[in-house]
Amino acid sequence: MRYFTDEHEWIDVAGDVATVGITDYAQGQLGDIVFVELPAVGTTVEKGKDAAVVESVKAASDVYAPIDGEVTETNGALEDDPALVNTAPEGEGWFFKMTIADAGQLEGLMDEAAYKDFVASL
Amino acid sequence: MSDQTSEDQIEDLPLDKLALDAWHRAQGARMVPFAGYEMPIQYEGIVAEHSWTRESAGLFDVSHMGQLLLSGPDLDAAVEAVLPIDLSTLKPGQQRYSLLLDEEGGVLDDLMVSRLDDGSLYLVVNGATKWDDIGTLREALPDDITLNHLDEQALIALQGPKAAEALARHVPEAAALTFMKFGRFTLAGHPVQIARAGYTGEDGFEISLPAEAATEIADLLCGEPEVKPIGLGARDSLRLEAGLPLYGHDLSPETSPIEAGLLFGINKRRRTEGGFPGAGRIIREINEGTPAKWIGLKIDGRLPAREGAEVFDGTEKVGTVTSGGFSPTLGAPIAMAYVAATYAAPGSALEVEVRGKRLAATVSPTPFVPHRYYRGS
Repeated sequence: MRYFTDEHEWIDVAGDVATVGITDYAQGQLGDIVFVELPAVGTTVEKGKDAAVVESVKAASDVYAPIDGEVTETNGALEDDPALVNTAPEGEGWFFKMTIADAGQLEGLMDEAAYKDFVASL
Repeated sequence: MSDQTSEDQIEDLPLDKLALDAWHRAQGARMVPFAGYEMPIQYEGIVAEHSWTRESAGLFDVSHMGQLLLSGPDLDAAVEAVLPIDLSTLKPGQQRYSLLLDEEGGVLDDLMVSRLDDGSLYLVVNGATKWDDIGTLREALPDDITLNHLDEQALIALQGPKAAEALARHVPEAAALTFMKFGRFTLAGHPVQIARAGYTGEDGFEISLPAEAATEIADLLCGEPEVKPIGLGARDSLRLEAGLPLYGHDLSPETSPIEAGLLFGINKRRRTEGGFPGAGRIIREINEGTPAKWIGLKIDGRLPAREGAEVFDGTEKVGTVTSGGFSPTLGAPIAMAYVAATYAAPGSALEVEVRGKRLAATVSPTPFVPHRYYRGS
């Protein structure tokens, strides 16, 4: 099941592990991405707080954690090829995997249809 | 996701629309607030637009900039009291870079001054500062000098190695202009003034045209296979690679033109004669040097250092980045910074701090990407 935040992150839940990235809409807004700063494995992240930074040619942007948890793995491929976030934002361009501290937090997020409507309203 | 840095904007003021507003939107531009206008930041993407300009030709709408016309009796003496320019050597058809300084020698704006055939002077000033500039000039100039704000004129820059051949199909005479020369021509039946100048480091032109003809002329030029519209995003990355300062970032009332390396903006005769605002400090700095210098930095890795990032030598803070980003041409981060003069020599190894991380940086000669101005064959 995949959820979305109103800050344009997605979080894909499989069992007790979640994968986080930014949406296609987000990468389109950012433009050409040249660097992604990922949290170290073991970092505790908090819902709505900074978890990563995306540097585009234009500017630096914060990426927030969609839920509370601990970072368990980061996408090493982004180090060599940050443009993966542009070409495959909701696939190979994922940012990090994390534990789910409170599954209840997922309920406050949007599903794909709701996110689509949200983007259409922007 | 949210931007850490925002584009320049003037808060709480209604944004003006460019003459080409609808045209930009029809080309797929994303519009952002900049210098009091809604302006196109990008069309297809900054890197694609940047590379297109370096390889072919890009059309930039810079109509937010202020176009001013000065005329009146004893014009040269009046203007020389305000700008550190030598107007005795500025002949009709020539354009020159100059600076508007405050009484302490701080930079209020940087601008272009052109001499028209009738002796009057045509100025192009920055968009964000144009209203202040008009106030400063009006106050400093005698009442019998007329200052016209040409706000019915649009301004389009055509930049890139193929700009000349694309423009020549419509204005064959413009091909004969060399860098920093201008003339009056007819483009699609409209009177235009074309200067061979720009802000990308490439050969190119700046075309002043009646605002009502802007859409027709933009369509005409973008109808040439070499030309695509280019947004503000690429304009910024292109000028950064060219080592050109951006007012409000690299230049401000807190910076002097001498530390910024803009000695050429203080014309030779004025360096000894003075007689312009801030002359005391400027002449002293020309003779004695400045504590800080504006320099280029090449940064290791891929993480860009942005405006405000601090520059270190070991534990000692020695400077601050004023412009920084990722160079599409070099495929690496570059920046401009003011650093203590002792560290300003090319090759100096320094560090830049970004979000608590130290990045290795080397003082680099500028421009980072060579200028390719057309100075005649």
